[in-house]
Amino acid sequence: MDNNKDCSMYTEHVDSGKRKVTLSLTVNGHQVVRDVDPSMSLLHFLRDNIKLFGTKEACGEGECGACTIIMNGKAVTSCIVLAVEAEGAQITTVEGLAKDGKLSILQEEFISEDALQCGYCTPGFLMSARALLDSNPNPSDEEIVEVLSGNLCRCTGYIPILNAVKRTIEREQKELGR
Amino acid sequence: MAKAEYKSKYKRVGQRYDRKDAREKVTGQAVYTYDLELPGMLYARCLLSPYARAKIVSIDTSKAKALPGVRAILTGEDSDILVGLYMQDKRVLSRGVTRYQGDVVAAVAAEDEETAERAISLIDVVYEPLEPVHDVDEALEGKILVHEDINELKHYVGVFFPQKDSNIASWNKSKKGDLEKAFAESDLVVENDFSLPAVAHVPMETHVSIVQADPFSNKIKIWSSAQSPFAIRQIMADSFGVSESDVEVHIPYVGGGFGGKAGIHLEPLATLLSKAAGGLPVKVRATREQEFNQLPTRAGMRGRIKTAANKDGKITAMQAVYDWDSGAYADYGVNVGKTAVYSGIGPYSIENACIDSKTIYTNKVFSTAYRGFGHLETHWSIERQIDILSQKLGIDPYEFRMMNLLEPGDKTMSGEVITESSGNPKECLTAVVKEIGWTGRKTEEERQREWKTGKVRGKGFAMLQKAPAMPANTATSVVMQMNGDGHVKMMIGAVDMGQGAITALSQIAAQELDMPIEDIEISAQIDTRSNPYDWNTVASKLTFLGGNAVVKASHELLHKMKVIAGQVLRTDPENLLHANGEIYHPHNPNRRLSYKDIALGYMYPDGSGIGGPLIASGSVVADGLTNLHPETGQGNPAAVWTFGAHAVEIEVDVETGSVTVLKVASAFDVGQVINEKLIYGQICGGVLQGLGSALLEGYKFNKDEKLMNPSFTDNKIPTMKDMPVEIVPIYIENPQHNGPLGARGVGEHPMISVPSAIGNAVYDALGINFHVLPLSPEAIVLGIQSGKKSILCTDVDCLPGRL
Ligand code: FES
Ligand code: FES
Repeated sequence: MDNNKDCSMYTEHVDSGKRKVTLSLTVNGHQVVRDVDPSMSLLHFLRDNIKLFGTKEACGEGECGACTIIMNGKAVTSCIVLAVEAEGAQITTVEGLAKDGKLSILQEEFISEDALQCGYCTPGFLMSARALLDSNPNPSDEEIVEVLSGNLCRCTGYIPILNAVKRTIEREQKELGR
Repeated sequence: MAKAEYKSKYKRVGQRYDRKDAREKVTGQAVYTYDLELPGMLYARCLLSPYARAKIVSIDTSKAKALPGVRAILTGEDSDILVGLYMQDKRVLSRGVTRYQGDVVAAVAAEDEETAERAISLIDVVYEPLEPVHDVDEALEGKILVHEDINELKHYVGVFFPQKDSNIASWNKSKKGDLEKAFAESDLVVENDFSLPAVAHVPMETHVSIVQADPFSNKIKIWSSAQSPFAIRQIMADSFGVSESDVEVHIPYVGGGFGGKAGIHLEPLATLLSKAAGGLPVKVRATREQEFNQLPTRAGMRGRIKTAANKDGKITAMQAVYDWDSGAYADYGVNVGKTAVYSGIGPYSIENACIDSKTIYTNKVFSTAYRGFGHLETHWSIERQIDILSQKLGIDPYEFRMMNLLEPGDKTMSGEVITESSGNPKECLTAVVKEIGWTGRKTEEERQREWKTGKVRGKGFAMLQKAPAMPANTATSVVMQMNGDGHVKMMIGAVDMGQGAITALSQIAAQELDMPIEDIEISAQIDTRSNPYDWNTVASKLTFLGGNAVVKASHELLHKMKVIAGQVLRTDPENLLHANGEIYHPHNPNRRLSYKDIALGYMYPDGSGIGGPLIASGSVVADGLTNLHPETGQGNPAAVWTFGAHAVEIEVDVETGSVTVLKVASAFDVGQVINEKLIYGQICGGVLQGLGSALLEGYKFNKDEKLMNPSFTDNKIPTMKDMPVEIVPIYIENPQHNGPLGARGVGEHPMISVPSAIGNAVYDALGINFHVLPLSPEAIVLGIQSGKKSILCTDVDCLPGRL
């Protein structure tokens, strides 16, 4: 990632010897303003700074998809995105999927198809699948596999995950008229 | 994704309930050790040995100590603590020498991870590199000893057999019949080597532990991503010289284990660091790279199998020599070696047999339990050997297996008698062979014809068996308490790391108590202070042993309820029945009480009470098991066998060498399905892990035994693209007379024999016998190019194609 990103647009100040910048963004519909170390990853910002622990880390190198979140409508692996790159962004994490006290169809189908076991990869899969269905409400099996093959799961063997996404597509068409 | 419709004869057991932990896991509420923060918590980093074997000449930590924010630095000079599950052979911090390139040389606890990381980079160590022990052959020569103190190492006596002045951590043996006579008198004797590399478990949550060691007492508090809280408690107590009750172990949600978290790993180091930092909690977490190169793996293995058979297809003798490359430490590795001596001829009835299984130290990443331990490996050897034997005899491989599989009255390797209630391997094989439409092996002409299209299909199958590998006196327990609302709070000591244990056990409780599963309150989180004892969460033992404990506790709870209800309803408790959360009198339906009415004791209209809060327990110890005889391996090691079979259809691209798995049919004699959704999940997940071992995975070491592929980029595991097109699960239900509602465990089994079935299918497709895993595209192409019919080695530099 671009460590030399021009940070002049952020307010800079010195805090215990470390240069910090002020970052403002929207996470799950809430406005968040925080001072951050410019080298901090978005993943660590979400977990350590705003204490949203639903987003998981499993490699820290952009290889497993466990840390996937949605930034401005796109799925990104937050471990290799700098927090400062999210200035002004709209972020959705797993904590933002359920609305009005009700699980989303995607979450319900993950439960009912048993698309999770240990659950550690689950937030990442949910976010990758959500971003896919938001951009393409009716993807083919091949398209689903192509996108979700960026996420690793060691427990489920993937078949239940694929089934859950396919069931979600059907139900969203029927129930939400997508 | 076709699935056979399954119908259960029970109201709650066998039904497709959602897993109890699912809601927390899809909403991001599930808290894993990785997520935990404690007040004042410090973060640790480790300095690992850069050499497979080296002398530590000097360590200078002064620069690191001076770094602000550093709260503790430890080296081997600060602690002499030895740990180990069955052999106390591992120093928490290396002292004097390092034994693999993941040995911890120094560790730092600091206020944040970055500071800890910087401090590590400031530690100066002078090493004198030593020649490592590279492989099992070199190890067996014994010129260099990985553990010079092997003769003094404390170990589990009578079960494991370290050999004097050698690199053999344990040599387990079994034999029966007259091997030499059988070899001399049989029509055909075939001898082959098979091998497979070390493979990583790859839990998505890496190992992570937090420990707070109270400086004012012996108390040690542990939070860990671990499978076996009570084993950690016991080993910590042994190693640190405190009482078991001084150690409290908390297990939050665990992000995958597969055996890799079955023993004790980062907990002792975190304990030492916490002590050194004045009792502040210290979190030690493995990076993904450390997960690969510091934490343990599945051992690499070589099996040498010699088998004799008669022309009519009867196997008369089998000799197996298994050499396990356990790396630097024994950990679970010795137990893996031990299972091979009672399960290492597969589910066959063979009168004359002999097995030698050696768990061997080398200077590689050490090994531990991995799903179905010892079995994927031994079955790779056995099931390929059986297939090769059938080729030589010119007998169909299905018929050949059917002639030799165990049936009631036959004896296993260790002499246990198979009965009607042991499960039926033949039924499993027949079911999967039928499912893939097996009609016999391809002829050479058929292969040639298909070859021209660039893609060749093949079918293959393999048997599998496994019994829980556990000490003869393995025990578990369950406590049930009734809440005021009539719900049952159930506590177990085993960990649900995704296998679905809490849901399955709740179903058994709900079935026995005849109440809604939603009203069984159970948590995946374990705290050794309050949860009852369980030996280890391993070995697919929980459904069986834990299930039996749940049945016992349920019956005790029902009995207690009926005693109180009998007083209230003025009848002998024996006259009462239970259904739908109520105790009632069958002849007078008005005489009934709901569980809720007696949950905390019954209250009469005048306010007086009887009974009191309902509480029950169930304790179970494995029944009738014995240690094996050290020389003959005879005894009763298996509480319950689960038999199964896989059949696969594959397609090999003869240009690229890639193998596509089109269909997998998997049958297991589970006795009784507890939850069809969960079991299907175990099958899909296990099959894909097996497919990883078959086609992609394996550690690669350089000549200095440094791991070359400690990352997801180079150590690939299957992704959604590797998923078989179709997995067909088949559940066979011959009840186990002493299992809970007849059930047997099946958590590990789906992984076993997937490589063997694929290897057999590759033979069907190409007419080439591969003896080495993984069957990577490179290996297949080089195998084809070599023009040979047996591929014994697929290391790039020893492949025939490259010679
Ligand atoms: S943790 Fe970000 S991709 Fe693995
Ligand atoms: S559910 Fe465990 S890694 Fe996917």
